[in-house]
Amino acid sequence: MSVQQLSVFVENKQGGLAEVTRALAQEKINILALSIADTTDYGVLRMIVDRPEEAAEILKAQNAAVALTDVLAVKMPNHPGGLDGAVQALSKENIGIEYMYAFVCPLPGEACMVFRVEDREKAGKVLEDAGYLQLVTSDLYER
Amino acid sequence: MDREERYFQPDIECAEPEVLREIQSKRLREMAARCYDHVPFYRRKFDELGIKPEDIRSIDDIVKLPFTYKTDLRDHFPYGLVAVPKEEVVRVHASSGTTGKQTVVAYTQHDIDVWADGAARALAAAGCTKSDYVHVSYGYGLFTGGLGLHYGAEKLGAAAIPVSSGNTKRQVQILQDFGSNILCCTPSYAAYIGETCREMGVDTTKIPLRAGLFGAEAWSEGMRENIERLLNIDAYDIYGLSEIAGPGVAYECREKQGLHVCEDYFYPEIIDPDTGEVLPDGEYGELVFTCIGKEALPLIRYRTRDISALVREKCACGRTVARLKKLKGRTDDMLIIRGVNVFPSQVEYVLTEMGLEPNYLIVVDREGALDTMEVQVEMTPKMFSDSVKDIESYERRLAAAMQSTLNIAANVKLVAPKSLSRSEGKAQRVIDRRKI
Repeated sequence: MSVQQLSVFVENKQGGLAEVTRALAQEKINILALSIADTTDYGVLRMIVDRPEEAAEILKAQNAAVALTDVLAVKMPNHPGGLDGAVQALSKENIGIEYMYAFVCPLPGEACMVFRVEDREKAGKVLEDAGYLQLVTSDLYER
Repeated sequence: MDREERYFQPDIECAEPEVLREIQSKRLREMAARCYDHVPFYRRKFDELGIKPEDIRSIDDIVKLPFTYKTDLRDHFPYGLVAVPKEEVVRVHASSGTTGKQTVVAYTQHDIDVWADGAARALAAAGCTKSDYVHVSYGYGLFTGGLGLHYGAEKLGAAAIPVSSGNTKRQVQILQDFGSNILCCTPSYAAYIGETCREMGVDTTKIPLRAGLFGAEAWSEGMRENIERLLNIDAYDIYGLSEIAGPGVAYECREKQGLHVCEDYFYPEIIDPDTGEVLPDGEYGELVFTCIGKEALPLIRYRTRDISALVREKCACGRTVARLKKLKGRTDDMLIIRGVNVFPSQVEYVLTEMGLEPNYLIVVDREGALDTMEVQVEMTPKMFSDSVKDIESYERRLAAAMQSTLNIAANVKLVAPKSLSRSEGKAQRVIDRRKI
């Protein structure tokens, strides 16, 4: 179980990001979540979109460097300690988190969290055991 | 493809060394006399050195003669060194002028024929026959590339297609529609045409193109493999410079073990650029040419500023003429960064070694007293990952490979795919901000 994440290389220059967002907007790709990892020279834009494979093709046609990666996404209960429980569970099993980001779940009253970990299968199981519900792509938007 | 070796003028290309020496000695004697009689600049130089044309008896006496520098051509701009009356001049070309004022080169009909012989020998060595179509994507004009290969193709009896450079999609269309067999252009443009084929979805295994002659830039073995793979051809190096003639001064055969020099027309020497001493065969130094076969601009010991070495063993292809080892680049292209000599072709080598396309831009700058070198490299799908950690590790590997090849630390900067400009002629690979 996983959610497909689309990553795009964005050079740190005027209009670099705008090229990506314009291309996606023109083809009516909806962005549900995003995070940017930035370095001095470039950023890696990571997104959860409604049609990841199609979006990847659109950006490739514009000469962008893109990658599709399966990431772990879970539902987060909306109360204090909601995230802590998940992070503690992963930490206890020595599962390192490379990066993570949160977004608003389409389901009311809930948040979602994306985790990028080395062993996705194991991390998924650990979180399920700790009571966190894993999401698949189809949970995030209506087909 | 037939592997039978082809020559255009086997009597010369495969001549016994003594036969060649005799031709060279005779032509050098005539040339020395002509220069002394008709070019005031050379008469003055001879007089200063206390030599007379009669002192030149054999090709070995060439070391007595003075060097000619690019600045000499500039100082006598445009026609000051021409050795024939105006009515004998039938063509004029000029250097690209990238390193300063243009230099002008004049040709008699004989010179045009000599040059075409060189280009025809090069085409034949690459397997070109009378029944081939030669697609010339070098620029036609003052630059010698286009017309040089054009006349060579016609002299060989092949069909020249004078496409000239530019409009790359149209180039690809013509490659398909006209059934071009041999492509001639700069190596960077060949790579660009190859990339464009791929983008246009053209299957290069299905087109009749089978070889290419690429020159006017120093290029690496990695670049060769890249072009050969992209275009599904054999890629051959061809050397020339406008001051001497144009492309066809030296060329590779199918062995790809150095460039055969048309030394019956252009006598090569390798010298130590600092002392002017002739270096032993096999040693790298500055390439010097004497135009023993030319009339209008018979340059004596012209300092090309190109770095190469000479090999005189007979080649497996049967040719006996001297070979130049693959050129390292022009001293003009050489950057001195923190006291270390760096050739752009070394960066190209590192990139292709790592399986990347040879698209890059070197930016040299100075921070305080320290030179800095940045190499911009395009991000590729192969290098890209959602993880910055992975990208950074790739960057570090690239930087380490640069350091070990260049002997100097370079900062690698990843830029957007296809964002570096592609060249239709000579590629601009360096920005040196220290000079500004």
